[in-house]
Amino acid sequence: MNNSLYIYLLLLGDNSLILGHRLSELCGHGPNLETDIALTNHSLDLYGQVRSYYQYAAEVKGEGTEDSIAFLRNERQYYNVLLIEQPNSDFAHVICRQFLWDAYHLPLMRSLMKSKDDQISAIATKSEKEASYHLRFSSEWMRRLGDGTEESHAKLQAAFDHLYPYSFELFKETEIEKEMKENGIGANLSLIQTEWKKTTESVFEEANLKLPDTPPALTKGKQGIHTEAMGFILAELQYMQRAYPTMEW
Amino acid sequence: MTQKEISLEEQFQARIDRGESIEPKDWMPEKYRKTHIRQISQHAHSEVVGMLPEGNWITRTPNLRRKVGLLAKVQDEAGHGLYLYSAAETLGISRDEMFEQLHTGKAKYSSIFNYPTLSWADIGTIGWLVDGAAIINQVMLTRTSFGPYARAMVRICKEESFHQRQGYEIMIGLSHGTPEQKEMAQDALNRFWWPSLMMFGPKDDESPNTEMSVKWKIKRKTNDELRQQFIDITIPQAEYLGLTVPDPDLKWNEERGHYDFGAIDWDEFWQVVKGNGPCNKERLAARNKAWDEGAWVRDAALAHAEKKASKNVSKVA
Repeated sequence: MNNSLYIYLLLLGDNSLILGHRLSELCGHGPNLETDIALTNHSLDLYGQVRSYYQYAAEVKGEGTEDSIAFLRNERQYYNVLLIEQPNSDFAHVICRQFLWDAYHLPLMRSLMKSKDDQISAIATKSEKEASYHLRFSSEWMRRLGDGTEESHAKLQAAFDHLYPYSFELFKETEIEKEMKENGIGANLSLIQTEWKKTTESVFEEANLKLPDTPPALTKGKQGIHTEAMGFILAELQYMQRAYPTMEW
Repeated sequence: MTQKEISLEEQFQARIDRGESIEPKDWMPEKYRKTHIRQISQHAHSEVVGMLPEGNWITRTPNLRRKVGLLAKVQDEAGHGLYLYSAAETLGISRDEMFEQLHTGKAKYSSIFNYPTLSWADIGTIGWLVDGAAIINQVMLTRTSFGPYARAMVRICKEESFHQRQGYEIMIGLSHGTPEQKEMAQDALNRFWWPSLMMFGPKDDESPNTEMSVKWKIKRKTNDELRQQFIDITIPQAEYLGLTVPDPDLKWNEERGHYDFGAIDWDEFWQVVKGNGPCNKERLAARNKAWDEGAWVRDAALAHAEKKASKNVSKVA
């Protein structure tokens, strides 16, 4: 088995899984029906990506299924970044988290479309379209909230102050990411960061956001060390598989 | 009523009797308009409140395939809410006014959603029974006299029948699964059977709206006829699953060509309608919370749109 490729697929898939989960918590509770439908759509897109990554990961590993990978790992074996697991504190946090991620996800998918690994390239090609309209949606909402009312601006700034320091982890290259980049399978994160900066800076400006002067957050999500929120996410996510092991549904 | 109004009303009834579709700008009796606003908005509210009991299991689905299926289903319900609110808006009421009626408890929605979803089998059972009952009502409504409502129903029915099959497929999996899964399925059927029968509303002789509704072709069958139709369709499905419907009086009546069934607990029905069901308060609280917490978001979107519009105007000038 190619263990590096397996872990790389988890690094990609786990972000979509946990963000999909966070967005799915909002289904039925959005500020209006239109945004409810849109955010559920994002969640559905992300779960579609998760299934592709995990099905391929199971093939690479030569054992397990998309479901055993999604539901039966322990917390330390999930490799999503900490930005993604931040709670849905309010709509400003939801949009800001989404935007910081989308601005990374789109260039990542564009880069992975050129991956030497055909499966990854195929998944990226499909996901690129989704990432592109997700970014359009979250950028528009960043502008709306930033420019809308005093209250919305204050809430967005507060969400931004909290979330922005977590975005640095997206670009902090792990050993596995380095290896994948070098053999032409993975993306070059410093190039992704350049794209991310270009996209985000113009939106921050239009949304009248002031960059927080806090340093990058101390993060080890990609090493499987999470926030306290993660255990609760997994408690819900894994409930059925843990309570009724080995059953078909 | 003046002579002119009488003749308008006669002409209107003649159109209905000829099976013509009534459109929003056509003349209609005030009571027809009000009845439709009430019924369509209640229907829309049912879709939106109905998202909550099923949404309760989205984060806990047993696998990824079911996750995607359930998310898409609940999203469809939001879409149905949108079409229906739009259909009601053609009669001169705004979506915000309808929400206001829902949030203050003035408007009703289907009582079935005031029951809790306690296990994964409840999600299958809701798809099978609740969507199944809804389809029976709604297929009839695709031929209802008010055009926008009938057209919304055509689209909604297609999606509902997909939901019903999806729910039944969950039940097939459970009832052919382990003893624990089968028990879960039976327990869900026990809890949802009677509330599903109540979805068709009170018995005909106690239903104040039925006569007018039939005259105006809002409804083409009575509550009791629809309920019987549902039971006749559903019993063979339960038998196929190997599950027992919790009604000792249920038996096939050869003479009638229908199933006979036991007495419905109408006290429970009216309790839930009046707001004392197991989850009435929670459902309304969840809707109010989403609405109140979304207020600043909606305000921001409006303010931004207005600023943009005024910038465009000054550019043109």
